[in-house]
Order: sequence, then C-alpha cells, then structure tokens
Amino acid sequence: MARFFPDPFDPEACLGTGCGCPRHGSARLACDSPASLEDAAAEAVDTAVLRAILGTDAARRRLLKTVGAGTLMAALTEIFPLATAREAFAQAPGTLEKKEVKIGFIPITCATPIIMAAPMGFYARQGLNAEVVKTAGWAIIRDKALNGEYDAAHMLAPMPLAISMGVGSNPVPWTVPAIENINGQAITLAMKHKDRRDPREWKGMKFAVPFDYSMHNYLLRYYLAEHGLDPDRDVQIRAVPPPEMVANLRAENLDGFLGPDPMNQRAVYDGVGFIHVLSRDIWDGHPCCAFGIGREMAQAAPNTYHAMLRAIVEATTYAAKPENRKEIAAAIAPANYLNQPQTVIEQVLTGTFADGLGKVQRVPERVNFAPMPWDSFATWILTQMKRWGQVKGDVDYAAISRQVFRMTDAERALREAGFAEPATTGRTIVVMGKPFDPAQPEDYLASFPIRRN
Amino acid sequence: MPRPGQRARAIALSLLLLALFLGAWQAAVSGGGGTAAQMDPDYAALMGTAATQGASAMPGPAQVATRLAELLADPFYDRGANDKGIGIQLGWSLLRVMLGYALAVLVAVPLGFLIGTSALLRQALDPFIQILKPISPLAWMPLALYTIKDSGRSAIFVIFICSVWPLLLNTAFGVASVRREWLNVARTLEVSRWRMAWRVILPAAAPTILTGMRISIGIAWLVIVAAEMLVGGTGIGYFVWNQWNNLSITDVIIAILLIGLVGMALDQLLAWAGRRVGYSE
Repeated sequence: MARFFPDPFDPEACLGTGCGCPRHGSARLACDSPASLEDAAAEAVDTAVLRAILGTDAARRRLLKTVGAGTLMAALTEIFPLATAREAFAQAPGTLEKKEVKIGFIPITCATPIIMAAPMGFYARQGLNAEVVKTAGWAIIRDKALNGEYDAAHMLAPMPLAISMGVGSNPVPWTVPAIENINGQAITLAMKHKDRRDPREWKGMKFAVPFDYSMHNYLLRYYLAEHGLDPDRDVQIRAVPPPEMVANLRAENLDGFLGPDPMNQRAVYDGVGFIHVLSRDIWDGHPCCAFGIGREMAQAAPNTYHAMLRAIVEATTYAAKPENRKEIAAAIAPANYLNQPQTVIEQVLTGTFADGLGKVQRVPERVNFAPMPWDSFATWILTQMKRWGQVKGDVDYAAISRQVFRMTDAERALREAGFAEPATTGRTIVVMGKPFDPAQPEDYLASFPIRRN
Repeated sequence: MPRPGQRARAIALSLLLLALFLGAWQAAVSGGGGTAAQMDPDYAALMGTAATQGASAMPGPAQVATRLAELLADPFYDRGANDKGIGIQLGWSLLRVMLGYALAVLVAVPLGFLIGTSALLRQALDPFIQILKPISPLAWMPLALYTIKDSGRSAIFVIFICSVWPLLLNTAFGVASVRREWLNVARTLEVSRWRMAWRVILPAAAPTILTGMRISIGIAWLVIVAAEMLVGGTGIGYFVWNQWNNLSITDVIIAILLIGLVGMALDQLLAWAGRRVGYSE
C-alpha cells in the first residue's frame, strides 16, 4: 500500500532527517500518493509513538530485526493505546463540529444518494452519525430545514433558489452544494387516457406536480407550452406531495402527473396509469433534486458540512454505476426508507421497466446520478421562474446562480473523495431540441410565445 | 332499569351485526381475480397482483387479521428512525396528546374558573372565545411551525389549542351555574374565598368540568392523527401516512381500528372519572 511516511515497523526504513538513506534522503514523503489523509495521519502517529518509546532510530531498527514487527506491535499496544491515538490524531485537522446530524428526505428515488448513504455507511465513513428522516411534503421539509430541525435536507433543485430569493418564504441564504439525480421523472397518465397520447388533446385535464418550485412544474409547463397549451389556462396544475399522487390518480382526482419515481412506476405496478414520456425525452440530463443546506449551517460547521458533502458525493458517484443499482434498490426499498415493493425500485433504477401499456422498456439512462451543481442549471431554472411569473422584475441570473449552486464546494468534495474530474454530464442544456445559452437568459425568455412575464 | 336478559341479548345482537359486516366485507372483496388478461410473462413479472390478476386492492378481513397478528406480535421493534413498531407509534401519539391536553387543563380550568365567577370577564372574553373556538386546529399548523420552529412542539400546540375551548367553556359554565343558595350559605358561615372555591365551587362544578375534559380528549385524539400525518416523524398518524405512501390499505385499516380502540379507552377513562365526582341533589 502507498504510504505517506516511511513504515516505522520496517527495520530498513529510517525515520530521522539526514540519516543518509538513499530512498528518503531529503523529504520524507513517499513517492506515490497516500491512500488517504486519514491513513497518513495514522502512520504519523505510529512513527511518533515508536520514536518516543524506543529513543534512537538505531535502537528501533535493531529491535525490529530481532523480534519482528508483529511482536513489537503487539507489545506496544499493551502499553500504549495505539488505535485510540491514531483516531484522536486523525480527527485533529478537521474536527467535526457536530457528529450527530439529521437530514430530511422525501421518500422518492431522487433522494437515493441521501438515503443510501445511511444504510450503506457513506456517512459513517466520514465520522458522521447521520439520521435520515422521512418527511411528508416539500413545504414541511422546507420549514423543518429553515427551523434548524434538519442540518441539511433533500430539496427540489429550484427550492434553494426560491428560499434564497424569498419567493414563497422569508429570504434565507440557502445553497446547493450537490445535485442528487438527473433525469428519473416521467409524465404518467391515468389508464383511461391511453388513446390520448397527443398533448394537444389534453385541454381541461388536471395534472399534479410535487411542488410549485420544482423541475417537474417547469418541465411540465414547458412540455405543454411547446404543444400549444397554456399551462395556466388550458389545464389545471396543482401541487400534490409525491406519495399522494398515485392514490389521487386512482381516485380520478387527477388525469396525470409529472412526478418523481417511484410514483410513476408504482402507478404502473398497480395498474392505475401508464408512463407517457420519460423526463429525459424532454431534457436529457436535467437536474431534479438537490442536497440543500443553509449557508449559516455551512459556515458555522464547515467540517461537518464538508464531511456530509463528501459522503453525498461518494454515494452519488457510487449510485451512478449501473452495476450497483440492484444493491442500492435493496438498501432503500424497506419501510424505513422508501417503503415500496423492491421490484418497483429496481425497475426505476435499472431502467428495465413495464410501461403500463404491455411493453417492457429498456432505458438504462432513465435515471442517473451526478453531483455537479452547474450554475447553468440554476440560470435555466431562474428563467422559468420568471417565465411563469414566480419572480418579477430584474433577476441577476449569474450572481444568484453562483451564490446558490456551489460548484466550487462540489469540486472540492469530488477531489477529496478521489474523483479527479467532474463528469460534464448536463453541462450543455437542450430542452426539447432547443439549446439554452446561460449567457443570454433574457433572449431565451423572450423567445417563448407562451409566458407570463 | 333494563330488564334482566336484555344485556345478553344486546351482546348477541352486536356480535350478529359484526358477523354480518365481516361477511359482507369478505363477499365484496372476493369478487374479481382469475380474470388475468393475456400478458407477456416478462412484463407480468414487473407488475403487481392488482394489475396481473385483477385482484382487489381492498384486503379482506382475513388478510387484515393476519397482518394485525403480525404487527401485534412485535409491537415495539425499532428498525431505524422511520420504521418503528405499532406500539411505539401509539405511544408517541398518546404522549403528544397527554402533553397538549395537560397544558390545556392547566390553562383552561383556572381561566374557566375566573370567567365563571365574574360576569364582567365572561362578557369581555366571550367574543374572542367565539372567534377562536370554531377554527380547525390544523389551520394553526403552518403558523405554529413558523413561530414555534419545532414540529414536535407544534403538534403539541395544536392538541393544546383544540382541547382548550371545550374545557374552558364547560368549566366556566359549571362554575357559573353553582347554586346561589350554596354560595350564600358559605358566605353566611364566613368561609374564606379560597376555601369556598376549593370546597364548594369545585366539587359542585366538577361533573361539568369532567364532561368538558371528556369532550376535549376525544377531539385531541381525533386531531393528533391528522397532525401527525402532516408533520410526520413518529406517531400513529405518521404510520397511516407511511402506509398510504405504500398504498397498503391493510395497514391503514389496522391503524383505523387501533385509533378507534385507543379513543374508546380514553373516553371510558374520563367517563369513569366523571362518575367518581358525580352527585345527585
């Protein structure tokens, strides 16, 4: 294994400076990169302890040659708590201000990285004792996050923008240091509409989206408007918490919804609805949910913040690999998390799914996970918030986008977690064939015939 | 007085009604099934039984009984923050109700006493009480969350606000309608004010106060389920919401049954207390 410092249990190694050893003549850094900073810290502790107990370097080497490393290590641990010392030292550089953290989530597959990080140990590996708490709806998760009941929370990507600008709540600076998932949503229609696949025939229908400030709302509105329907006048769109969508579809309170999974798949599983179109067919690579945290919390407890972020980034990267998806489905399906049949979650995550119309579809890119919160995402969201009248007047697109979507923090977490380059997934934005230039948001906005601003 | 034997016949009738109800329920849900449409086996493997076999989404009484036995066999398990046994959930709900209710008793009984003894106060406070009383307790929830900044305490506040009004009005009414003669006798005997409140008014008004308490506990138990469905976390209301999420009607029916049983127990407890303080003139 790569080491940061020479092995003190190696009789050939020398620990002091200027010992003349050809391998470690000047600097005592190992040539190849260390496994991690924690390992390096543990090595430093071993070295310091051995030197303190055995005195000179020569004495240490003599002893190791006669008794061997294993015996010496065993003898040492009897007189000195080496493991404890390693642990204590490892925490010293970035001591967590807070180890017990509460993170709220809504039971949908968008929250996969946030949820799986608990049962699969991603938080624990960062020294965090995280409790992920299931929450009933977006307004409640927002209020609990603003209250400080949650240290961080699963949010819809537009929510931190809305919270920071004080749209729909008091303005509180909120940030998105990581995106959870891209794609992974769908328009689901009630079975009775299976012959009305052309959106132009949807006048007068009732649709649900999870929240006013959601990608679902903006994507559904965009989709309808591109088909000539005015989403405010020709159809009814209302906010329904995801878990209640299928029950409402069954009760015929709704004709359809642009909702998060597993609700789309659950509607199919129960024979209530069919999947009309996946959100990736509207905008391939769109962000959906985010890991949201208040700026105050991030500044008051920077080490805890970065530890959480590292856990999220690692979990997200793990979730992005198709071969891990079945294992993840098994981890998050139980009652403690999503509380759904495992096959439903598997169909969503693997992209091999029943579409509700009698076909098995294979779309591996149905959902993906990528942590980079590109500021162009935020700018697009802001244009749609303005398009539908949620924000009025001049918007400083670039400044708000950069303040809320923390690309630098995500990059740092990716680097610390050992992932070199952030994948550029979703960097360029094309929605229903129309490219978006984040440098010209106002021109983009003016190009839509149906809009409220 | 009921005739002897009537009680036995009433029990028999109750059982008969129950059997009829269960029979009708079973008959209603056992329709359908077996009418599986032609389906690709690969596709069918990805679908639920409701879609593949036309099975009713509504469980039968036997299914509910099996699941109930399962839940009651291990009522106190704890598999993480979001999955706890039904006993723990009921315990949380009861705890919240008791806290909110105790607060309401502490505030409403003394205040009701004051209102009952002073006509001036009664008239001055009446408009406020009349406006606040009919507000649905859940309408307070967003305001409570915003100001109290804690969802657990907000739920307790909602319980408090819904149980305070019947208690207040009943206490005031009970105190105001203590017979004048008794008060006059006490005054003639030069009983101190404190002693008069404690030894004359309180025992005289106790049955009315207990009636208020009985109404309040019923309302509090009704409201806690709705409040917990809203804020989530723990409690029997959260259990209902969590199972609704999973479209598990069986668990929802069980929760309804348990909510009813606990509500009845609470009501009977206060009815018993009411009989203890009752008197006949």
